[in-house]
Amino acid sequence: MNNLYTFLSGPALWAAFIIFIGGLGLRVAFLFGLSLERDRVFYNHADAGWGFRSILHWLIPLGSVSLREQPFFAVAFYVFHVCLLAVPLFLLAHNILWREAFGISLPSMADSVSDILTIVFIIAALVLLLRRFMRPEVRILTSAWDYVLLLLSALPFVTGFLAYHQVGPYRVMMIAHILSAEVLLVVIPFSKLAHMVLFFFSRAFIGFEMGQRRGARTW
Amino acid sequence: MSEMPEKPINTKVIRELLDSNNGARIRSWLSICAHCGLCAESCFFYLAKNKDPKLSPAYKVKATLGELYRRKGNVDRAFLEKCYNIIWGECTTCKRCSLYCPFGIDIATMIATVRGICHSQGIVPEGLARTSENYKNTGNQMGMSVEDFIDTCSWMAEETAEEIAGLDIPVDKPGARIMYTVNAREPMYYPQDMAMAAKIFTVAEESWTIPSTGWDCTNLAMFAGNRALAGQIVKNMYEKALELGVQYIAITECGHAYRSALFEGPYLAGYRDGKPPVPVIHSVRLFYEYLRDGRIKIDPEKMITEPVTYQDPCNVSRNGGLWAEGREIVKYLAKDFRDMTPKSVYNHCCGGGGGFIPMGAEFKKRRMESGKIKAEQIRATGAKIVIAPCHNCFDQIRDLGKEYDLGIKVVSFKELITEMMIIPEKFQPVEAKDEDDE
Repeated sequence: MNNLYTFLSGPALWAAFIIFIGGLGLRVAFLFGLSLERDRVFYNHADAGWGFRSILHWLIPLGSVSLREQPFFAVAFYVFHVCLLAVPLFLLAHNILWREAFGISLPSMADSVSDILTIVFIIAALVLLLRRFMRPEVRILTSAWDYVLLLLSALPFVTGFLAYHQVGPYRVMMIAHILSAEVLLVVIPFSKLAHMVLFFFSRAFIGFEMGQRRGARTW
Repeated sequence: MSEMPEKPINTKVIRELLDSNNGARIRSWLSICAHCGLCAESCFFYLAKNKDPKLSPAYKVKATLGELYRRKGNVDRAFLEKCYNIIWGECTTCKRCSLYCPFGIDIATMIATVRGICHSQGIVPEGLARTSENYKNTGNQMGMSVEDFIDTCSWMAEETAEEIAGLDIPVDKPGARIMYTVNAREPMYYPQDMAMAAKIFTVAEESWTIPSTGWDCTNLAMFAGNRALAGQIVKNMYEKALELGVQYIAITECGHAYRSALFEGPYLAGYRDGKPPVPVIHSVRLFYEYLRDGRIKIDPEKMITEPVTYQDPCNVSRNGGLWAEGREIVKYLAKDFRDMTPKSVYNHCCGGGGGFIPMGAEFKKRRMESGKIKAEQIRATGAKIVIAPCHNCFDQIRDLGKEYDLGIKVVSFKELITEMMIIPEKFQPVEAKDEDDE
């Protein structure tokens, strides 16, 4: 088991990060190349102000009309995304590892804060899951893959939380934690989760299209 | 559906269309849709039909374009007929959902793509297919000949000159400031609409002309998925404007004509920079400028006292950017204005857009069902008069008024402005002056 742990926290982790960043990079590069010929409309009406506002209003809580109309979902959606990014990036244990490996690290938060955010994240994920099969307009769009991706996003949190609190066999939990996180990183560029990057382009586009061309807000 | 001989489906053509449309936008939209379902609540079809999840915008795309790409174009007639019902019967391409989508996915563009694919296989609503023939043969959707059109102009000019001295409907006048284009139903069925425009232009002392070709600014081929013809239709208009050397192409009170001329037309006609060769101005903007600049003055005595509401045509307000100008005009005309909820950019489509009205009887029942949301919006305002600067909104709301017993009258800006404007002395007809003298 030690060998597996060493492999997962060493070469496999490197591979996961390379596929994650490289995959997203390639996907954006491919779409960029395609857009030069087929999506002139994206460039013809580009406008930094409208693009920026179109993005910003969907990043700030209740900044958009859709989310204002569905505040309960909006809170779950917002909390889900903030914790999903903040916990892994600012977790003390992760930052200690980075400092050891690269000599640099991000500011980190107290473990008690991470703990609370992890629990909040898991609750938000459950809300999104319940919404997925309770609301007919969401259920009809949902495929097995949507459940898998939601589960995959939550798995590193659940396993990390259990490992930290030493619930269950620690080594197994750590292996599950690292493995699930690596699978998630690898899947992101090739799934709908690529929206972590493509969101900015698609939102900017509708900002140009409706704002620059028509003066209409899209939030 | 048009009764065409049942040709086998040509999947090669479908594959080519799928491939040529498969750019960065459509690839991104189809692959990142998170299936969150937020768009559902934005769609009036969904809201009007008891929140049927099959009417959510994301589902409509998933079941049509998504499925076409998944099957790589290998689909049969039955599948395309299912698409037909969705893309023409359950979407007016009003673009409201894009505002409510976290990713701003442009559903309307994807629905239009599927319309193009169905069109390539001859699967098109009959009402739209019929107009395509007319556009091809005569350049206008009603199949009116150039002679008939010019006759109508001169006949209307003669009649109206009795009311306003010096009124003329100048055809093909080079160097005019604006080239006024109309919806073909105006010369065909409502020539008084053209007379009203002539009155307003005369009193505003506008330098204007009507072109003898390219005068029909409607573009139903755009809604039929016939991109080549749609491009030709706008080209006719652009080229005439260039030939006459006008400063603006003016568009009558019609929504989709504005969408065609200013926003989609340049792309349909193959202009890479996406801009029309001559600036395009909508009647709502033009009338607003006349009132703002005092070129047209409204008689305060004649202002409407009954409650009035304003219908934002999708292609004038949300997709045209003129919601504020429309309301400014209303301020000059009505004392008791009551806005709808939601309004402006967020207002709902009336249910008559995207080709629905010309699609005729085959789609009337659905049009009345999905119009429930608009009917409720109007009823909630308590308005007795609905101003609708769009022919499709006009017809739909008039039909809704009957269907839902709203007790309303639908009017255009032209109609109200001509009734209420002050006719300066120099435009008073001679007889009237004589009578005044006696």
